[in-house]
Amino acid sequence: MSDVNPITEALGHELLRSSLDHCVKCTICETVCPVSNVTPLFPGPKYAGPQAERYRIAGVPSLESSVDYCSGCGLCTMHCPQGVQIAELNAHARRVVKDEAGVKFRDRVISRPTVVGRLGHPVAPLANFTLGFGPARVLAERVLGIHRKAALPKFAGRRFSTWAKRHQGPANGRKILYFHNCGTEYYEPDVGEKVVAVLEHNGFRVEIPKQDCCGLPLQSNGLFDDARKYVLKQARIFAPLARDGTLIVGNATSCTLMFKREAREILGLEDDPDLELVSRQTYDICELLLEMHDAGELKTDFQPVHETVAYHAPCQQQGHWIGKPAMELLALIPGIDLREMDAKCCGIAGTYGLKLEKYDIGMAVGADLFGQVEAAGAGVVACDSETCRWQIEHATGRPSKHPVELLYQAYGLG
Amino acid sequence: MRPSRHFDVVVIGAGVAGLTAATRLAQSGARVCVLAKGVGSTHLAPGLVDVLGYDPERVSSPSEALPSFLDAHPEHPYATIGLDGIGAALEWFGRVVDAGPHPSYRYVGDLSHNHVLPTALGAKRPSALVPETFAQGELVARRGTSSGPICVVGMRVLRDLHASLCAANLERDGVAARGVQLEVDVGRAEANSLGLARCMDDPKFRATFAAQLLPLLHADERVGLPAILGLRDPHGAWSELERRLGHAVFEIPTLPPAASGIRVYDALRAALRAAGGRLVIGASVVDVEREGDRVTAVRAHTSGHDHVYGARWVVLATGGFTSGAIELGSDWHARETALGLPLRGLPGEGEPRYGGDYFGEQPMARVGVAVDSSLLADGTSNVLVAGAALPGAEPWREGSGDGIALSSGLFAARTVLEREGATAAA
Repeated sequence: MSDVNPITEALGHELLRSSLDHCVKCTICETVCPVSNVTPLFPGPKYAGPQAERYRIAGVPSLESSVDYCSGCGLCTMHCPQGVQIAELNAHARRVVKDEAGVKFRDRVISRPTVVGRLGHPVAPLANFTLGFGPARVLAERVLGIHRKAALPKFAGRRFSTWAKRHQGPANGRKILYFHNCGTEYYEPDVGEKVVAVLEHNGFRVEIPKQDCCGLPLQSNGLFDDARKYVLKQARIFAPLARDGTLIVGNATSCTLMFKREAREILGLEDDPDLELVSRQTYDICELLLEMHDAGELKTDFQPVHETVAYHAPCQQQGHWIGKPAMELLALIPGIDLREMDAKCCGIAGTYGLKLEKYDIGMAVGADLFGQVEAAGAGVVACDSETCRWQIEHATGRPSKHPVELLYQAYGLG
Repeated sequence: MRPSRHFDVVVIGAGVAGLTAATRLAQSGARVCVLAKGVGSTHLAPGLVDVLGYDPERVSSPSEALPSFLDAHPEHPYATIGLDGIGAALEWFGRVVDAGPHPSYRYVGDLSHNHVLPTALGAKRPSALVPETFAQGELVARRGTSSGPICVVGMRVLRDLHASLCAANLERDGVAARGVQLEVDVGRAEANSLGLARCMDDPKFRATFAAQLLPLLHADERVGLPAILGLRDPHGAWSELERRLGHAVFEIPTLPPAASGIRVYDALRAALRAAGGRLVIGASVVDVEREGDRVTAVRAHTSGHDHVYGARWVVLATGGFTSGAIELGSDWHARETALGLPLRGLPGEGEPRYGGDYFGEQPMARVGVAVDSSLLADGTSNVLVAGAALPGAEPWREGSGDGIALSSGLFAARTVLEREGATAAA
């Protein structure tokens, strides 16, 4: 069965293009673009998006390739008061540029976290040694184009799904489906364990279906056909289980945004009924917990956490368009000295900041955040996305945690 | 449509009017959430608070001109808000900026007189309350204001301020002025005023900039820069340049994006946050639930599933035609897009809708959401309207945009507080 429907993709693209007429060239998107702010290599969302889009014709070679420097953070779309889908249009333009130039071997590798995970996991000590070994990183930079200093995670040496299979949850409770993503599976299984514990503490019975990558890294590296296969595979797994109204929750805000919106809009999958259902019923973990709190259903038996915590909302979290629920959840913890960071982006943007030609840009993008973290004297940086956490730890030398880890600590579940 | 979040007040729109209403309410202890499709005019306009600039001639004192203006325009938002309400709004905003994220940065002025400041084209702009960084550009000599010839500074990298054009127009209007062109290295071929403002946040850039500019200045000149004096510490950047140059320095507004306007957004947002208000950007309100004449919840389109926000009160501060808050269809049918509220001021069948003079009276321009004397929307008992969504004004002809936004935002908040107080007392 082929899930790829070129007609649907073309229609989806036309749908995005129909938002172009709403652009009044007001420049608000340019005020929020983290990349064009630090490098002239990307001329900014207005130029690369609504303006250049008029000159892009199907089948005609791209006039220029600067859109490859767009990190896909989506802040332009979020802040546009006229509803122009700038970032989504740029994702299409980037895909065409990559198609023409040929997608690099590096990008084909780093966009498949589950493949990397399966290869690295069984040899975790060796893989971790290699990742931390200078000469090996220089080699990886030369051969693959992954910057020698870039923030690569360490393999945990155990898999979350192995823990999940053995885990004895409560027999009763409100059922919920957990999409744990690749970062939790291979690098941060403890985050997944804490998510489950916090959910169970609040009366949920957590089911964890066997799952794979959501396809987002493939999509952002221009590999739309492969991305579509991955995301639809997840939709086929989760939709039948969610059809009775059961919610799907995830802790990686990038992956949940892929389910909620990005795959449907960017990959032209608006018509897929399974993905539509998954989109509607997917929640970010903090979104879910805050909604419970607003309804008076969240347990608040928090013990004090005496820590200065800086909270950074990742770009893809902001793309949910739900505000910053993590801020309000963390504020419930007594004793916490919570500081909201006001920077735009940490600079990693998934795989963007790993790349040799983009590492320096990513670090320059993140400089504002890193400075604010230092100034706050934060003991911990709370952040919803794993790649952002790795970038923040790399750049600031301070530990970075998922907000749920702090709730877990405050609940005294450890 | 079951609300999963409940607020005392949901404010729709994150421009000056919406953020003002939300902040004032949150400061009084209300649970407030601002929903906005995107950010608003703060990023485009320079952040000068014009209250009444023209009636129809240039106004030198808003407090003197307003009483007769209110009499002549009973449908104008100011007629509801009143002189005291407008004055209180300016004072409130001044306090927000004083307590804001920009150290020592403040606004100067009040209703007693308008500053008259140069535009990028060298025209005269009357404005009641302005950032200190603009004030030295005063073009009408008064006691205590700067005088002396003006040196307008342009830069090759910035195409939005042509110094010699600005200066030539000022000269034509009797103001001694000349333009100079500065070569600054910003690492790229061109930059807008926001890009330059970010450069100005860097002390090294400021030092180089001042060193390059100093030899070009003549004695006694005031230095007019495009509005680029930083986003983080505009007071610091401004006073440092004045010190290094030994000349008075002021900002001149340019084309969008506006660094000085973003400072307004940052100050209001910080105040909202400090008062415990929520701000959700990206969420457009697409539907509403009513019980009789009350709006009980609004549905916001977000990624994936929509969010439903329950509210005791709703403040609509979505703007007018330009922001898409009011739409005019090709069938000449106009509608308010978020809540579907009735409009006022629509020209009747067969009446002129537009005038031939672009800058002249435009009948469609006064269209807005119909409200009563408490700014309550017609047909509702808990929806207040603020800012450019209100009918009866022509902000660009009157020079009244931010004055209306601020004072109506504060007035809407006051109505809510009064009614809630009355309920609590009862």
